[in-house]
Amino acid sequence: MNEIFSNPVLAKALPEAIVETLQMVGISAFFTVLVGLPLGVFLHVTVPGGLRPMPVVNRIVSDIVVNITRSIPFAILMVALIPLARLLVGTSLGPVAASVSLSIGTIPFFARLVEACLRDVHHGKIDAAQVMGSTRMQVISKVMLPESLPALVAAATTTVVTLVGYSAMAGLVGGGGLGKLAYNYGFQRFDVTVMIVTIVLIIVLVQLIQLTGEWISRSLDHR
Amino acid sequence: MITVTDLRKVYRQGKKEVVALDGVSLSVPKGSIHGIIGHSGAGKSTLVRCLTLLDRPTSGSVSIDGTELSSVRDSEIRAARRRIGMVFQHANLMDSRTAAGNVAHPMELVKAPKDKIRAKVAELLKLVGLEGFENAYPSQLSGGQRQRVGIARALASDPDVLLCDEPTSALDPATTDEILDLIQDLTRRLQLTVLIITHEMHVVKRVCGSVSLLSKGQVIESGPLAEVASDLDSKLARALLPLPVSEPIKGALQAGPVLEILFSGEGAKEPVLTGVARHFDIDLNVLAGSVETLGGQQFGHLRVQLGDDADRDAVLGYLRNRGISAKLAGSTADEAELSEFAPADTDFAAETGDSK
Ligand SMILES: Nc1ncnc2c1ncn2[C@@H]1O[C@H](COP(=O)(O)OP(=O)(O)O)[C@@H](O)[C@H]1O
Ligand SMILES: [Mg+2]
Repeated sequence: MNEIFSNPVLAKALPEAIVETLQMVGISAFFTVLVGLPLGVFLHVTVPGGLRPMPVVNRIVSDIVVNITRSIPFAILMVALIPLARLLVGTSLGPVAASVSLSIGTIPFFARLVEACLRDVHHGKIDAAQVMGSTRMQVISKVMLPESLPALVAAATTTVVTLVGYSAMAGLVGGGGLGKLAYNYGFQRFDVTVMIVTIVLIIVLVQLIQLTGEWISRSLDHR
Repeated sequence: MITVTDLRKVYRQGKKEVVALDGVSLSVPKGSIHGIIGHSGAGKSTLVRCLTLLDRPTSGSVSIDGTELSSVRDSEIRAARRRIGMVFQHANLMDSRTAAGNVAHPMELVKAPKDKIRAKVAELLKLVGLEGFENAYPSQLSGGQRQRVGIARALASDPDVLLCDEPTSALDPATTDEILDLIQDLTRRLQLTVLIITHEMHVVKRVCGSVSLLSKGQVIESGPLAEVASDLDSKLARALLPLPVSEPIKGALQAGPVLEILFSGEGAKEPVLTGVARHFDIDLNVLAGSVETLGGQQFGHLRVQLGDDADRDAVLGYLRNRGISAKLAGSTADEAELSEFAPADTDFAAETGDSK
């Protein structure tokens, strides 16, 4: 215990690293949901036989999404997107810049999860809404999204947990945060205490996110 | 008033074409309940989907109170649909909404004022017998209660027409009758035009004034209940007044002719059988019988065996002269067909197993 508090690296760099990690995860989670949710809805409603079929556009968008998530390893995507980060936020260093590549990496992942959640909404509910005279937007906003909300929260939780993992990787290429701390001191300087503390903190963070997400999802579920 | 004229619907499955509706015509007057009965795959759901424009008919016309539906533009579909209330087999309620929220749903779509919605929801829930259940979620309600919410929701846009696709097929017999009685009561009170799709003859018997038999996408029999029930040769009559499959009673009478007799209305009041026995001085045995009140009229369907000394043609003539349909009984293969719309055991299994 004493070692933890007397460790100069931890005392000096840990608070900043925690803040940076939370920034990266927070900012990229926000943009992932902001872009990924509509993208997932779009993918779902434009499939053939969907609410607003657009087979060609759906195919193209779907392929791009699949290519980003399935084909490009995140580590490579992150490096490849450094110029984009510089363009958008003026620098390639720091948690804000790292959030650009983090978001782009997880948006397709989250969109796919959203698409799957919406697909699980029973078709009879959509029929019922349409017979009531709903517009397509009303079907989306009053049926698809509210009916799949518990599943969407669970999907967002999974995505944020994934982001914590990615953020550690992003730390290595300039993002900072706990990942960088563990690498610089725990790995390069063999400071075992730093290594253990960062690992424990990341586990605690993931647990907190997971438990909070599950609790929210459960309290929204009336089935 | 619902009028369907020569409706056709062809589904394409790759290169194959499935003719789901093959020239269906029917008309349901205001204030009455019409039943559509048919086996699974007959095209019943397709008919409803065409009536609600969830599917566009391939050809033919559908009109509700004179408004032609099959030709309206996409933008007008929503307005047209608000004149139709629809009740589904599994209610199809929103799980994220309370009973009140579900009933409010159609009114929210046209941005009705909040206090108006609240008042109307309370009125509708009372109408379907669900006072005090405003805040219950569908998962907290029984199947019958969920269906009541579904009916209240269907009425929320003050429709002229109520379409019910197998509204009781997922319910137990007692609840089925409650829901059917509710639909009948609402039809009278609100002067609705109601179409009930079903595969159970019980539903037709209990609430329908008229009925159509749908088979392979075609209406093969149709008419007021009392009318179709009087025709001994119609499939509907045989399904409405089913006789159990029976063997002649061995030893009682020596292998005499077996007759089928159907009497209705005035004929049902006369003591026909004793009349025959006295007139011809013969014995007869009742092998099977079914007596029902259909469309406000009494019907009786009997299978009787005559003594082998009886002159069957004379007996048939005697009965027909008194306005009673009678014929020589068919083979047992025919009889098996009689029970085709009786609630089968499998239906009961489905209703207890699947609660959602
Ligand atoms: N979307 C569809 N695509 C292709 N065939 C369909 C479709 N919907 C129904 N059918 C076919 O149309 C026929 C009638 O189906 P349906 O109306 O569901 O019958 P029912 O409700 O009487 O059981 C069936 O042969 C069914 O396979
Ligand atoms: Mg059906």
